Amino acid sequence: MSAPLLEAEGLRLRFGAVVALDSVAIDVHPGEVVAIVGESGSGKSTLLRVLAGQMRPDAGQVTYRAPDGTPHPVHDMGEAALRRLMRTDWGFVHQHARDGLRMGVSAGGNVGERLMAVGARHYGNIRGEAAEWLRRVEIDPARIDHLPRTFSGGMQQRLQIARTLVTRPRLVFMDEPTGGLDVSVQARLLDLIRALVADLGIAVLLVTHDIAAARLLAHRIMVMRHGQVVEHGLTDRVLDDPQHPYTQLLVSSVLAA
Amino acid sequence: MSRDEAYNFAYLDENTKRMIRRALLKAVAIPGHQVPFGAREMPLPYGWGTGGIQVTAAVLGPRDVLKVIDQGADDTTNAVSIRRFFHRVAGVETTTRTSEATVIQTRHRIPEARLTEAQIIVYQVPMPEPLFRLEPRLAETKRMHALADYGLMHVKLYEDIAKHGHIATSYSYPVMVDGRYLMSPSPIPAFDNPKMHRMPALQLFGAGREKRIYAVPPYTDVRSLDFEDHPFRPHRAKAHCALCASCTSYLDEVVTDDRGGRMFVCSDTDYCETRQAEQQKVAAA
Amino acid sequence: MAYVAVKGGERAIGNAHAWLAETRRGDTDVPELDVAQVAQQLGLAVDRVMAEGSCYDRDLAALAIKQARGDLIEAAFLLRAYRTTLPRFGYAAPLDTGAMRIRRRVSATYKDLPGGQVLGPTFDYTHRLLDFTLAAAGEPPAPAPEVEAEDAEAPRVTELLARENLMRRDEASEVEPADLTRQPLSFPAARPTRLQNLARGDEGFLLGLGYSTQRGYGNSHPFVGEIRHGSVTVCFTPPELGFEIEIGEIDVTECQMVNQFHGSRSEPPQFTRGYGLVLGQGERKAMSMALVDRALQAGELGEDRTAPAQDEEFVLMHSDNVEATGFVEHLKLPHYVDFQSELEVVRLMRATAAEPEKAEP
Repeated sequence: MSAPLLEAEGLRLRFGAVVALDSVAIDVHPGEVVAIVGESGSGKSTLLRVLAGQMRPDAGQVTYRAPDGTPHPVHDMGEAALRRLMRTDWGFVHQHARDGLRMGVSAGGNVGERLMAVGARHYGNIRGEAAEWLRRVEIDPARIDHLPRTFSGGMQQRLQIARTLVTRPRLVFMDEPTGGLDVSVQARLLDLIRALVADLGIAVLLVTHDIAAARLLAHRIMVMRHGQVVEHGLTDRVLDDPQHPYTQLLVSSVLAA
Repeated sequence: MSRDEAYNFAYLDENTKRMIRRALLKAVAIPGHQVPFGAREMPLPYGWGTGGIQVTAAVLGPRDVLKVIDQGADDTTNAVSIRRFFHRVAGVETTTRTSEATVIQTRHRIPEARLTEAQIIVYQVPMPEPLFRLEPRLAETKRMHALADYGLMHVKLYEDIAKHGHIATSYSYPVMVDGRYLMSPSPIPAFDNPKMHRMPALQLFGAGREKRIYAVPPYTDVRSLDFEDHPFRPHRAKAHCALCASCTSYLDEVVTDDRGGRMFVCSDTDYCETRQAEQQKVAAA
Repeated sequence: MAYVAVKGGERAIGNAHAWLAETRRGDTDVPELDVAQVAQQLGLAVDRVMAEGSCYDRDLAALAIKQARGDLIEAAFLLRAYRTTLPRFGYAAPLDTGAMRIRRRVSATYKDLPGGQVLGPTFDYTHRLLDFTLAAAGEPPAPAPEVEAEDAEAPRVTELLARENLMRRDEASEVEPADLTRQPLSFPAARPTRLQNLARGDEGFLLGLGYSTQRGYGNSHPFVGEIRHGSVTVCFTPPELGFEIEIGEIDVTECQMVNQFHGSRSEPPQFTRGYGLVLGQGERKAMSMALVDRALQAGELGEDRTAPAQDEEFVLMHSDNVEATGFVEHLKLPHYVDFQSELEVVRLMRATAAEPEKAEP
């Protein structure tokens, strides 16, 4: 396997008396989907924010390897470089679509923004690509000029995914992407994400409390509890043969449900 | 002509002028970047040219020849008022001839005649922030400028074309200065934007109420934002001037009756009068 | 020709100003208003103009009101424009409002307190019935009865609370506060800068914002700890002397609002405060200012910033009535060049909409 795209070690973070991250290490390789699972309060969303450079850990380091192989310490990059990364090599899919979309801008404009941010200046091409991406996420391209607020929750989430993937990032952070959706809508969205990610060979760091979502999407799983990684390994191994009692509890609670 | 000795030359005290000149030097050094400055309260209302007046006061010398225009005309009331102000407090020579002026203070227009290296044009600016309609928060727009994060502005132009088939901005049309800073050209019509590009004259911008100064040094690149397949196009009325017959100058539309009657005349009064005088000379010869 | 109408600006301005002067004077059979009359008999108008013009000079403020035909924002503008031409000698020492010679002092939090409650010259508890005897110029009112002044010191209510650690103390700071008249606002703004801005701010704007915090836009539970109005001594250290001297006395109104307590498991709860101080007698303004000051501390106190009064940029950028009036009123200046460019673009877009087959993709 090639060198990891993102690598972190020794991450520690406390909020007052609460330990949010305790000696967390993680790596993500190109094209690999890694799920971070755990209950709310386990530290998984904090970990995602630390890995994405949005929050600084008390100790430890996060390293991103650029396409040319150069390693960059994420928390020493500076805001400008990080913002540039976030609109080129990286993407972030928020749990709530309205956090990741411009609700007052048309669907086409939302998808086009990332293209324009990286220098696209041909209206026809931008529009063509936006239409193509709407189709890929199963939104009728005839709705290209409609505002996201006229879309259903599932459509908004698919639009957010189109907007994020249009520049073909190498690494996408996803924070509970199916969180606020109906069960039937969730399944369709997960299928779509799986197909797109496999097709484009994008690496994904997925935070979810939904074991089923992790099973469907992830190559590897990390189980978090109280800020610690209690178990990690290949998805099938962890879910079919959980070693840690907490993982066993998580898996059995899904089965029971 | 004698000036009112009750006030310092050009009204502002020397320390204030020095402070403004320091801001101007910084602005010239970073073309298109908005420099905060300690704008003073002027005896004219905010929004009526207090920024332009302070910049003019800071660059004016006793031997300068000042021209003041508003909407392209020397005789509009606010231009008259500002010219009278400098006449009184600086006693400098004033002119309506673009070619004779060394300092031109303007609101909403750039003269039709090409300006020279020997001239300074001072723009009155109501809103210096080109992004304010998209993002009203100064703290956020400051960050966007620092990071050259201007995707949002292009999204706005994209939305215009998607909605209207055209970029719907007709004045205050945003420009990129020297390939780095997004800048408001002040509310000049988009027609005037191309004149800013590589202009030989020094261009200074003063926003009094918002307390910002910015500048474009001579011969600096100034590009209007656009798309390759929707290039920037300056618009003017498809007509010629009823007085001088110009079919290239920017025209004002004058309604002559309430039955749809109208005529078009040059907005730049000096340009128009110069052309009329030349035509009369030719006719007389 | 119609075009000529926009010409002749010079003469039009001269004529308009002559007409203004004549209108200001009004009917010459009515005696001309004396500036001293304004200063004496329209004292609260003078106070408001001094506060918003941020220049303490009753006679100049009265003159400005006369010149502005009673338009108080215009008068504040005249005073500001004059003030900016004055030389600056330096900054006075902080006022000691605790040592104020009090003319009015009320607390809503304590029934009685050291120094007592002093109603002073107030509209409170007057019945708002028009007094027609004032329309007929008559005898001056009988002198108000005098009582022996209480000699006891009148410590500030917030100081009483702070001594019990019930209120967070505003620690004295040696950091030189920014001067809003010299440096442009930037954000986030420090509290001294915010208070300077509010002290010059428009009374009506602050009144509306303060009111909104009471109606749920900003979660405020204020009590008037104290309002005091009176004279305070202004001290200054001239550089050539090197020691502090008293240079005069000014009237101010101060309001301290006691607000909802704030605390956490680690920090014992304490009341928070909102502060208002204005030149002259300006109780409504001082109270509004105190409410808005408290609302603007939301960020520092870890509260959600959701209401307009808690939004620092929104409040501070729009509080100044001289700035606001200039920009709102500039809309009446000619904009025909911009309007013409809009006309052309609208016509072009209408033409495109009428011929969709020719429209660009």
